[in-house]
Amino acid sequence: MSVPLTLLGLLEREPSHGYDLKRDYDTYFGRGRPLPFGQVYATLGRLARDGKVVIGEVQPGVGPERKRYVITEAGATELDAWLTEPIEAEPHLQSVLFTKVVLALMLDRPAQDYLDIQRGAHLERMRQLTEIRRNGGLVDGLLADHGLFHLEADLRWIDTTAARLDALRAEVVRP
Amino acid sequence: MIEARDAVRSFGQTPALRGATVAVAPGEILAIMGPSGSGKSTLLHCLAGILVPDSGEIHFDGRRLDTMDEAARSALRRDRFGFVFQFGQLVPELTAEENVALPLLLGGVRRDAALRQARPWFGRLGLDGLERRRSGELSGGQAQRVALARGLVTSPKVLFADEPTGSLDSLTGEQVMDQMVGAAREHGTTVVLVTHEARVAAYADRHVMVRDGKVAALTPERVLS
Ligand SMILES: Nc1ncnc2c1ncn2[C@@H]1O[C@H](COP(=O)(O)OP(=O)(O)OP(=O)(O)O)[C@@H](O)[C@H]1O
Ligand SMILES: [Mg+2]
Repeated sequence: MSVPLTLLGLLEREPSHGYDLKRDYDTYFGRGRPLPFGQVYATLGRLARDGKVVIGEVQPGVGPERKRYVITEAGATELDAWLTEPIEAEPHLQSVLFTKVVLALMLDRPAQDYLDIQRGAHLERMRQLTEIRRNGGLVDGLLADHGLFHLEADLRWIDTTAARLDALRAEVVRP
Repeated sequence: MIEARDAVRSFGQTPALRGATVAVAPGEILAIMGPSGSGKSTLLHCLAGILVPDSGEIHFDGRRLDTMDEAARSALRRDRFGFVFQFGQLVPELTAEENVALPLLLGGVRRDAALRQARPWFGRLGLDGLERRRSGELSGGQAQRVALARGLVTSPKVLFADEPTGSLDSLTGEQVMDQMVGAAREHGTTVVLVTHEARVAAYADRHVMVRDGKVAALTPERVLS
């Protein structure tokens, strides 16, 4: 989740104070990980420096919370470009896990064990989702299915990688 | 409930198990995963007393299975275990209900009593009206559910399932798994499930991986409710 672009999106809705932005971010996008106030104001400061937002009316008093932020033409253009651009089709997990596997091989650590640990985590999540699918309603079931298909795809990638560890080692480890 | 300790088994020069250790708790559904040729089926056959390991021990309910003679193991398989395999393996000459009743008939139950015991499974597994069909007249998914009914008809303590959804499309496979897990939970049946499919394995409580004839844990034991 890109915080600056998400804040721009919230500002495209209407000019807002920092605390409104934080509240809406936490509600819709935070997923239990609230955005610290410090990060909200630091991000808004950078957006203002880059000309993506300007400070509108300033209420009397002190402190950052009296400022109202307004999106600029440049900010709106950037937001639009981001919204219309497809996200990277390669899932995040693979790149991180791939990095770990390659490093493990380079450092002569147990890559197979790392893959098993990831398999276990995936299967445990799939088990939970299967239980939801078995006991829940249609909407929960379909959402669980979505997760199950993705996790299954990841696991297939793990299987393929596990089966080719020797070849990968030969490629990444200097003789 | 059932356990392999350091089981070793070879076929001629080919080692299939090289010290496999695994234990299944009562009422637990255990998935055995792993690449093709890693020894999953061999492990299942050893746990079920179909094969005897060259060395190591197999324990069931406090008894040593690997030291029993073939007659005792065969009686144990008949009375305590149920089996479902990849291609159903129904007897083509028999009707669906005779196929389901088969383990009872082999155990000496009279024909009418065996069929009476077999019939409720047709309703339970969504097979109503198919009792008199022969296996050639059933779809793959129906045949697999008949095979599941046959595996469960004796109310076994342990159900051994080797790729029970292997020949089915994913939706049909999921129906079979839903019914297998539902029936196992209802009767407290322990299930040993061999599969290479993650979505099938996700029905299990716990997962192990067979690699080069040895067993590695993937997920931890769970407290069963
Ligand atoms: N009856 C047999 N005779 C000779 N070799 C056998 C026999 N059964 C199994 N093997 C060999 O033992 C090894 C393990 O086989 P096993 O059937 O247990 O693998 P598996 O994990 O079940 O594979 P798959 O996923 O393909 O079913 C393989 O190398 C196989 O060729
Ligand atoms: Mg097999």
